[in-house]
Amino acid sequence: MKDSAPEKKPEPVLSARGLVKRYGHVTAIDGADFELLPGEVLAVIGDNGAGKTSLIKALTGALVPDAGEIRLHGEPIRFSGPLEARRHGIETVYQDLAVAPSMDIAANMFLGREIRRAGPLGTVFRMLDKKAMRRESADYMAALQIRLGSLGQAVETLSGGQRQAVAVARAAAWARSVVVMDEPTAALGVKESAQVLDLIRRVRDKGIPVILISHNMPHVFEIADRIHVHRLGRREALIKPADYSMAEVVAIMTGALSVTADGGTVVSDDEAASAAGVRRG
Amino acid sequence: MTASTMTPTAVKEPTAARRLLTAPAAGPFAALVLASVFFSLSTDQFLSGGNFSLILQQVMVVGTLAIGQTLIILTAGIDLACGAIMAFGGILLAKLAVNSGVPPVLAILLAIAVCGGFGLVNGLLVRLVPLPPFIVTLGMLNIAFALTHIYSDEQTVTGLPGPLTALGKTFPLGRTDVTYGSLLTVGLFLVFAYALNGTAWGRHVYALGNSAESARLSGIRVTRLTIGIYTVAGLVYGVAALLLVSRTGVGDPQAGQTENLDSITAVVLGGTSLFGGRGTVLGTFVGVLIVGVFRNGLQLMGVSSVYQTLVTGVLVILAVTVDQLSRKGTR
Repeated sequence: MKDSAPEKKPEPVLSARGLVKRYGHVTAIDGADFELLPGEVLAVIGDNGAGKTSLIKALTGALVPDAGEIRLHGEPIRFSGPLEARRHGIETVYQDLAVAPSMDIAANMFLGREIRRAGPLGTVFRMLDKKAMRRESADYMAALQIRLGSLGQAVETLSGGQRQAVAVARAAAWARSVVVMDEPTAALGVKESAQVLDLIRRVRDKGIPVILISHNMPHVFEIADRIHVHRLGRREALIKPADYSMAEVVAIMTGALSVTADGGTVVSDDEAASAAGVRRG
Repeated sequence: MTASTMTPTAVKEPTAARRLLTAPAAGPFAALVLASVFFSLSTDQFLSGGNFSLILQQVMVVGTLAIGQTLIILTAGIDLACGAIMAFGGILLAKLAVNSGVPPVLAILLAIAVCGGFGLVNGLLVRLVPLPPFIVTLGMLNIAFALTHIYSDEQTVTGLPGPLTALGKTFPLGRTDVTYGSLLTVGLFLVFAYALNGTAWGRHVYALGNSAESARLSGIRVTRLTIGIYTVAGLVYGVAALLLVSRTGVGDPQAGQTENLDSITAVVLGGTSLFGGRGTVLGTFVGVLIVGVFRNGLQLMGVSSVYQTLVTGVLVILAVTVDQLSRKGTR
């Protein structure tokens, strides 16, 4: 895609306008806009305290905004909690990995969504259909090319990257609309990070757009189709990684540079821009 | 989740033998077998159906309490009040039937329901305030203990009607007489083994014990689950109260004072982790039997009861040590 060419924009999968969330005197979200297009990996970046987490929480139902509008597939929507967002096909991979370490992989894949046996065994005796859950877990692992050995092994026997893979596979398996990943590579080594980034690509290639919250600029530049730069509780810029250098993006994030309407940048903080080495002209 | 047609190339299941060896209760079970072999060789009376039936009778009350205790420990909680709740249930049961003229079966149901009520209150306090389970059940231990003594007026209740002691009656199993109470206890263990291993509820109990927050984020209704677990444990303590009364034939306000720690001992010996999320109710059954077999065997060998307690203490520390070391191995 050439950014200069006039594009006919597809309808966003998930979008928001003018979101506000205040806690007493603290404004966590200050009129933020948001837009996620079909089939893209959208990175959400921002300095600590910029309000990324609050924004993501609002989009995934973990907090209810005071004002503003969220749309899913073009329809206005209000989530009363994370479960409702999940019911609408938005799955989140949390930073601290919402997996149960002592339980096996298949049990984790289906945690909270267990399949019961057909007939009276299931309805009267509430018996789990463990075979079906193993089989479908295996199918999903295969579809995402995740190789973990036995699905009957406890998650705690896996490495950090493999655990992350389980969490991502679970989200991808259940997500119909969006997968949200909060710092998925933060705790991982170089090789494992690369594998998780690959996995994110495969999720996107399955047609599920991914929101990636990350601090890691190289990862963001490697995988994101677009970057949402969050600053002071609102969207500072929505850019393509090809159009800017990493240093410029960091400068936008910290407020040293501002993005103009035509996509250029202007220095908004002389000193900071010099320090960041992005002062032009 | 829709099934794709890709072949699960990455999946290989562990063999039956390996699963048996790595089962959480394998260590305790081996200890139980070793102890049984040792006592069979040491004394003539140990290895007999009658003696095993006796062991079962001796452990059925604490065993039943240990079922409820297992549920709560699996959630990373602990219940210090189980014995006291049971004692109150026992006195309530006996006094309702003997002094208040309540039909025996109704008295049984009422007592079990009241024990469930204690569990419900525990669960509400643990989840909704929230308070640490240790504190809640420590408080409830004292409350139930005091209520038992106030309500009973320190009097033992005798002259219980038939239905209250029916579980103490025996039936022949081969050439051995087994009490109905033992059978009920074993039945309860099987029911909860199935519930924990075969149903979504059981998986949610383990998930809750792993991490309440993760369980919540996985869509499990954690509040309802926690309160439910404590309530079910309370109901199980009510059944233990009935077993206690049927075994002793009286309503005794002094009963149940050491059973809270005894039940924790059994749970720990059975390989359940006090940190929650790991363990099985069948392991607890094995743990209960270990305590029972050691007490019985040492008694048959003529060792005084103080040494039985000493051995139990050593076993507990040993069991937790093994648990810690094996957990280090898997991480």
